[in-house]
Amino acid sequence: MTEATPELAPSDALVASAHQTAGPYWHLVDFPEWADTTRHFADRLPEGAERITLAGTVKDGKGALVTDALVEIWHADPSGRYPDQNGDPTAFQGYGRCATDKQGRFRFVTLKPGPVPVGPHAGGNAMQAPHVALAIFARGLLQHLSTRLYFEGEPLNATDPVLKAVPEARRGTMIAKPAGNGTWTLDLRLQGEGETVWMAV
Amino acid sequence: MSDVVHGYRRPNPATQPPLNSPSYGSTHARYPTQPLLELPHTLTETSSPIFTPARYPEVTDLTVLENGKGQAMGERIIVGGRLTDEDGRPIRRAMVEVWQANAAGRYNHEGDTHDAPLDPNFRGMGRVFTDDEGWYRYVTIRPGAYPWRNHQNAWRPNHTHYSLFGSGFAQRMITQMYFPGDPLLPLDPIFNTVADEAARNRLVAKFDLEMTKPEWALGYRFDIVLRGREATPMEDGHHD
Repeated sequence: MTEATPELAPSDALVASAHQTAGPYWHLVDFPEWADTTRHFADRLPEGAERITLAGTVKDGKGALVTDALVEIWHADPSGRYPDQNGDPTAFQGYGRCATDKQGRFRFVTLKPGPVPVGPHAGGNAMQAPHVALAIFARGLLQHLSTRLYFEGEPLNATDPVLKAVPEARRGTMIAKPAGNGTWTLDLRLQGEGETVWMAV
Repeated sequence: MSDVVHGYRRPNPATQPPLNSPSYGSTHARYPTQPLLELPHTLTETSSPIFTPARYPEVTDLTVLENGKGQAMGERIIVGGRLTDEDGRPIRRAMVEVWQANAAGRYNHEGDTHDAPLDPNFRGMGRVFTDDEGWYRYVTIRPGAYPWRNHQNAWRPNHTHYSLFGSGFAQRMITQMYFPGDPLLPLDPIFNTVADEAARNRLVAKFDLEMTKPEWALGYRFDIVLRGREATPMEDGHHD
């Protein structure tokens, strides 16, 4: 009810526009610096912040490297908060964009997110484990593919409501592993053996 | 979980393209074969990054480069429209990114090997922000058709790519705008992946005489609708 506004029309006449593929030439809207969400902050990072690298490869159903994918990340800040749309636009936000390279690799520099409440009024056992939303755009993807990246060893992984909904045998496709020096790796498979758990968002 | 966060409505599948499209070859090794996990919406899906022109500078006229020198070749056009959600609420101060081929049908991209000239005065990338009523507008040149290798004698219709953000990451979308009367539309596997004819036709811009600027450029209107919020359980007891 709080969202009702004067322009709210009580009709279903409008239908969400159809997605279409990003195609092979989206590099025109790729800016390599966007892969570093900390780029505006230099050394004055939010309190408790841990700078991390998220890296991995993208492969298709034949096991071939996907060298023309646009990967996006979206995640909470180290306190588990998302930016307020009416708040400070210069505050940290965990949004990044990265092109896969000729080896099918993506690499983000960001801050490790904190545990996130399910919703604004949730509490107690409704906390989500630290996670990163991933969106993959590419030629051949008529809508982007969505999944989540979790961090191995997080105690909240055991009770995370989304992870729990995934068959145990496939959860590993969503859990990044530490590779030293703050780097976490997760390889993505669009199709076939070891296929990533993709989600209808 | 749905009783604690106000999520977004799920689309009618006929109004969206499938991931697996036999007639679009690039999907064959890229579509997931496992069923998608239906993700309940949480704060992660209902929150979104904030983009401002201060950090993401606008490029509202694609026909001139940043230094203002040189005019892109081709038919200058004005493109604009309104960005709303399915309830008609304007998406305010949203970043709209566009990219397109030049008038000859060639992208300013190393991967594009089509034998058509590059235009040194045309980069093919724009970035604009909607106003408080959800309106956006930019000036560009009409993109040309170009061949691709999907099937024998395959040509993409004239189109411009759009990248959009709403107020929730679940509204994130990339789509394409097409042009009215294009003879390639009925033949294009990508356009025709959307089964519902009305949904398909909403991806086609409309010629707009009011947006047309006398003695200068034709205007095309292209409205975009992002997903609306689902009804709250209190308001809606009849999901079927």
